[in-house]
Amino acid sequence: MCSRFRNSLAAALACALAVLPACERERREYTGAPTSKAPPPRESTLQPGAPIASPADPVGAHYEDIAFHINEGGRLFRAFNCSGCHANGGGGIGPALMDADWRYGGRIEDIHATILEGRPNGMPSFRGKLTDAQAWQLAAYVRALSGNVRNDAEPSRREGMAATPPLDRLPKQPPRDGDPSAGTVPAQ
Amino acid sequence: MKAILAATALGALLSLAHAAPPPRDGDWTMPAHDYASTRYSALGAIDANNVARLKVEFTFSTGIDRGQEAAPLVVGDTMYVVGPFPNPVFALDLTRPGAPLRWKYQPHPQPAAQGVACCDVVNRGGAYANGTFVFNTLDGTTIALDAATGKERWKTRMADINKGETITMAPLVVKDKVLVGNSGGEFGIRGWLAALDLADGHVVWKAYDTGPDVEVLIGPSFKPFYAGDRGKDLGVSTWPPQAWKIGGGTVWGWISYDPALNLVYYGTGNPGPWNADQRPGDNKWTSGIFARDADTGQARWFYQFSPHDLYDYDAVNENLLLDLPIGGTTRKVIVRPERNGFVYVMDRATGQVLSADPYGNNNSILRIDLRSGRPVYNAAYQPKPGRTTRGICPGSAGAKDWNPSAYSPQTGLVYIPHINLCMDVEPSEVNYIAGTPYVGTDQRMYAGPGGNRGVLTAWDPVKRKAAWEVKEDLPLWSGALATAGGLVFYGTMDGWFKAVDARTGALKWQFQTGSGIIGQPVSYRGPDGRQYIAVLSGVGGWAGAIVVGNLDPRDATGASGFVNATRDLKEKTGPGGTLYVFALPK
Repeated sequence: MCSRFRNSLAAALACALAVLPACERERREYTGAPTSKAPPPRESTLQPGAPIASPADPVGAHYEDIAFHINEGGRLFRAFNCSGCHANGGGGIGPALMDADWRYGGRIEDIHATILEGRPNGMPSFRGKLTDAQAWQLAAYVRALSGNVRNDAEPSRREGMAATPPLDRLPKQPPRDGDPSAGTVPAQ
Repeated sequence: MKAILAATALGALLSLAHAAPPPRDGDWTMPAHDYASTRYSALGAIDANNVARLKVEFTFSTGIDRGQEAAPLVVGDTMYVVGPFPNPVFALDLTRPGAPLRWKYQPHPQPAAQGVACCDVVNRGGAYANGTFVFNTLDGTTIALDAATGKERWKTRMADINKGETITMAPLVVKDKVLVGNSGGEFGIRGWLAALDLADGHVVWKAYDTGPDVEVLIGPSFKPFYAGDRGKDLGVSTWPPQAWKIGGGTVWGWISYDPALNLVYYGTGNPGPWNADQRPGDNKWTSGIFARDADTGQARWFYQFSPHDLYDYDAVNENLLLDLPIGGTTRKVIVRPERNGFVYVMDRATGQVLSADPYGNNNSILRIDLRSGRPVYNAAYQPKPGRTTRGICPGSAGAKDWNPSAYSPQTGLVYIPHINLCMDVEPSEVNYIAGTPYVGTDQRMYAGPGGNRGVLTAWDPVKRKAAWEVKEDLPLWSGALATAGGLVFYGTMDGWFKAVDARTGALKWQFQTGSGIIGQPVSYRGPDGRQYIAVLSGVGGWAGAIVVGNLDPRDATGASGFVNATRDLKEKTGPGGTLYVFALPK
């Protein structure tokens, strides 16, 4: 990739800058990646009586900080046909994952729970089909789709057809619980 | 005094109705109006001269703001409306002002079915026969109701959502049987058409569209016109090993029936997955049309519009059964505006293609070879994994998707509501996981040459050319209705319901309904003797998924690439679910 720019000194410098951070490359956790022990996250911010803080699962933060896990999640996102419903984040059969609206919570532990447990209006439950670590990797990738991971961990290139703006150029979109479109799903 | 007079008149009408039922030419008992699927109403009170005075007579909310693709039906003094998921059925009393609810039936389908419905959670309507109203639910149940009371007569579970099967089509009642087919061609399922007994709902026969002959109901009476469709177990041998079991060929579109030949005609959907490299072979019996004996289900002939389909060219479109002067004689034909971009005229007794002409922008298929019956694919536009093939016309949604045409015997024209979209595609290898999409392409669609995304084409099937065209900015996703008043009705995705002159296409009337129209307009004679026009308004479907699913327009591949073609739709319409009924002022 760098060779294309060899003629230009400035480009060479850019290449060097791009390569330098690799000196402190993150460790790839093929095995031994942490798994969750925390109870499933609360889905509602409304609690009777005094709210009890729901501690975030520290495992989730671990996954969404590591580029390797996010990229692995991206691979799984296609391999498990998540892309068949959610496209490259814009949605289709399932809701969009690249915006700020979340029917069932947009924190990584919410997404991890949604993947494993399923949701009543069509999201299948993948429990037993994925390892816990794979579910976290997928959740980390889903977080990346809405710009909610560290910029240096965000995948910066797509394989294949250009579908969305580069993920590391997307604005950060903190989750906003309660997708208004979820309200259009008629109650049974 | 007036009230008394009205009451007396009504009483007289009612007693008359009981004494001798009025002729039923004003009814609309099946979505396509008749077995020939003409969608032509012989009522002519509303015509080009007075349609400008058309006014809303009443409205009714389905309470569901997903895509409303159904045709309202009218039988005598009752109108029947089926909503999208969760598929409520409403019976409206047309004898009273405002058409109040007579009964309502809620089938309570499984909510999880929404997750395996490819293109919004639509329903294309029900069918009426012998005092029974029959319809399908998204989760794959066929239900028969007592049309007078709404009481359930029987229900039969036909599809399994865990395999990815749903049902969105409108059933067709032929004699004592209800014909039902499945949806889910994007989920690696096996397509079928089944006949259920109208009296008790038991399955009389079921014909698969892939697999061995015995399951496809291919026997000694199978006489396809073209040699390529003859041979043993082609539904197995034209696939890689076992691939036919997950090969698609669903039956989610329209069925026609010829009582003289006793044949039913229906198309089969795309093969799965969309990535064609995973299924070398002709992939029979997908993307084609079957003619079957209406009593036994045994296949009579088959023709494949898109062998080894490369583009998701489902072949489920409507079959208009017409008798046309061709080559100096009157031929019994099927006129078929096919998704692959050609209008086919076929002999409906033999399956011979008499002519096939492009009716839109087309580069993926160069022509149809009438000797072999095969399309000649354009090698320059064959998608291959690992690269993006650009500028394929028509796109995956075809030159025309599900929304049905109408035919007027007054003009001899077929009114084809369709689209003008092209696409870029990149296939990739896809895993089969039951209950998840089995597609394997990234694609983005966009307006074809001319920039208009929708077209209403008035096609002359004898002269084999368009008589006129109306270009629409947005994809045209509603059905068409032709009337004896010399009018053609259709709706647009930004909510306009329009009447155009059947001979010229000139706009005669339009009304803004509040949400995009993707439904099927119908016309009926009310109990008061007046002509009415009815349509459901409520955007959605594949083309409207961006609105009802609140999809993100920044992803060009959203909704299998349709989002890219309708990025502006959220600014032009919002979700809705309202029936509009129009009439001339008294």
